[in-house]
Amino acid sequence: MSSTIFEPGLNHFLVVSALLFSLGIMAVLSKRNVIMVLMGVELILNSANINLIAFSRFTELSLDGQMIGLFVIIIAAAEAAVALAIVLNVYNRFKTINLDEINLLKG
Amino acid sequence: MFTNLPIIILLLPLLAFILMIFIGNKLPRKGDWLATGMMALTLVLSVVLLITKVGSHSADVFTSSLDWVVIGSKTIGVGIMIDNLAAIMLVVVTLVSTLVHLFSIGYMEGDIRYSRYYAYLGLFSFSMLGIVLTNNILLMYVFWELVGISSYLLIGHWYEKKSASNAANKAFIVNRVGDFGMFIGIMILFISFSSFTFEAIFDSISAGKLPFGSEGWLTAAGVLIFSGAIGKSAQFPLHVWLPDAMEGPTPVSALIHAATMVAAGVYLVARVFPMLTADALMVIAYIGAITALIAATIAITQFDIKKVLAYSTISQLGYMIMALGVGAYTAGFMHLVTHAAFKAGLFLGAGSVIYAMHAALHKLHDHDTDAQNIRNMGGLKAKMPVTYWTFLIFTLAISGIPLTSGFLSKDEILAGTLAFSTINGHWLLPLIGFTVAGLTAFYMFRLFILTFHGKTANEKILGGVIESPKVMTIPLMVLAALSLFFFYSFNPFGASSGWFYSAVVRPVSIVPELLQPAAYPVFYEAVSSVHTIAMVLSIIIAVAGVFLAFLVYEKKKISAEKLAQHAGFLYKGATNKWYFDEIYNRVFVNGSHVIMKALRWFDETIIDGIVNGAATVTQLFASISGWIDTNIVDGLVNGTASTANRAGRLLSYIQTGKVQTYLLFVLFSLLVLFILFL
Repeated sequence: MSSTIFEPGLNHFLVVSALLFSLGIMAVLSKRNVIMVLMGVELILNSANINLIAFSRFTELSLDGQMIGLFVIIIAAAEAAVALAIVLNVYNRFKTINLDEINLLKG
Repeated sequence: MFTNLPIIILLLPLLAFILMIFIGNKLPRKGDWLATGMMALTLVLSVVLLITKVGSHSADVFTSSLDWVVIGSKTIGVGIMIDNLAAIMLVVVTLVSTLVHLFSIGYMEGDIRYSRYYAYLGLFSFSMLGIVLTNNILLMYVFWELVGISSYLLIGHWYEKKSASNAANKAFIVNRVGDFGMFIGIMILFISFSSFTFEAIFDSISAGKLPFGSEGWLTAAGVLIFSGAIGKSAQFPLHVWLPDAMEGPTPVSALIHAATMVAAGVYLVARVFPMLTADALMVIAYIGAITALIAATIAITQFDIKKVLAYSTISQLGYMIMALGVGAYTAGFMHLVTHAAFKAGLFLGAGSVIYAMHAALHKLHDHDTDAQNIRNMGGLKAKMPVTYWTFLIFTLAISGIPLTSGFLSKDEILAGTLAFSTINGHWLLPLIGFTVAGLTAFYMFRLFILTFHGKTANEKILGGVIESPKVMTIPLMVLAALSLFFFYSFNPFGASSGWFYSAVVRPVSIVPELLQPAAYPVFYEAVSSVHTIAMVLSIIIAVAGVFLAFLVYEKKKISAEKLAQHAGFLYKGATNKWYFDEIYNRVFVNGSHVIMKALRWFDETIIDGIVNGAATVTQLFASISGWIDTNIVDGLVNGTASTANRAGRLLSYIQTGKVQTYLLFVLFSLLVLFILFL
């Protein structure tokens, strides 16, 4: 299959990544549940991964992008582990995981 | 001989003073023998000095001095000067002082401050000898003031009595007035001649130098120095202190008012005599004459035995001053010497009478009768023979009856005034001189008769009177002997042939020729030509005075009261001492009160106003600065704090505590940055 009708270029990937990033931000900013926020964060990280890999594919960076992508995945896993531990502690302390109810630092 | 001896003579009384003031009370008999003995030793040494000095028949002047203070090119020395004048004066002072010491053993017996009294007598004698011996007018001024302070201490001996302490104050303050003038006079001389010694001053003047180059200043200096004598010798118008000073113990009166302190003024005039101009001498002569007349008139009307003697002292001092003023230098100084003997005798005699009266009154437990008032006396002749006879000799001497010493000197003074008037026509001076001679004879015999003759006012008092002890009568006898003529001249009718006249010669005037008084030869010739007239006149007048006194008080042929009535305002004025005290009170005391009030007003309104004003201004500044501090400085500090506070409060609104809000801010900020930079 030497030629196809649709040949995705760099911009397509970037658009997808941007959409994904925006969705992540939306989740982080608007969700009350901490778990949902964390999931938003995952989306943001993954949008970054798409970006990294896309740039790696369409430029002369060879496998650098993939390398960084791997790091990101690992960090995301670590982050999820730590964050969920924090969430558990927050729940123990406040008996809720709704972010708008946790406002002890209000000035 | 003439260096060490005078110093020993000078310092012995000082040593006596020091011993008496510190250990006097611990000595047996409270040390009166010590003070008297030392004074007697001083007397012996003085007599030795006098005999050597006068016996050598030389007019030499011995001086020795050493530098005391050196200021730049000017040197102030301390030194002694022995001439015949000083040698005679030494004996007079020490003699009277010794006899007063002796007399006081009886008179002051049992006094509360017995040894202190002797100490002050020593201090007084020391100061007086200092005046006599010094060769230096500044040092003389120092001793002059020492005499002032020691007389203050002696007059105020019984200071518990208000009148005594007032009299002491009065004597001191009135003397200060005269001393002030004297000091100015000394300063005029010092500024012009750069020296205080008599020798240097006289040398400069005889070399033709005048103070500030003017004859007027020389006259002024003479008169100003004489004003010191006006104070000390109780001359008009500063004579008011002497009668009041009778508040002191009577022997003190004898010492101060007969031989020493008041004689210091006469001695001073004699010392500076060569530099006095004819004008200055004229002032001196008239001051003396006025004093003699005023005091004699007052003495007639007094009833206090000591007051009569006080005024007679002033009067006789006026005589001496007048004699010096007219140029009868030797006569004036001789009167000082003879007067010292008989007036000391009169005072001590009065002391003896007062002592006896006191004892008599004490026996009767009568503490109201005045022991000094001659109206309470009378008829004391039989009870007190020694006092009576010696007092008679003194009275004869002061009245100028022949064969007494007083006659010799007074006669020469009267001849001098008469000669003076023949030379320059000042007839007022001999007129006053002879009038006062008559008055003196009258009031002295009035005193004598009222005290010793006639009937006593109170038999009970007279019954208790006994003769004073030996220690008091011996000094009287010594002085009585010294009041006879042969001590001074073997010719009872003329002193000029005696040793005194050859020893004390009038010094030659050194002032420029135009200002000189009549030269001595001219004066001497005039005296010789009028001497017989003067002598006859003075005898007649003295005898007339005595006779009148006998008529009025002994025989009562003339009523004293009627005489007083006839005299009218004259009598009234004299009884009231010519209102000097009242006038001085009005003018000077009230005057100083007025000045005081004005100064007080000035102090309270202006000075206090300035001080309070300064305080008010400070307060105003302080409140302004305080306001600035609390409102502006503190305001800045607080303002900073409250601004920070308010800002914090404002900013705390955006710190919601919600993570998502912060994230939103971050995002927003990032967007803004993107828009700005991309």
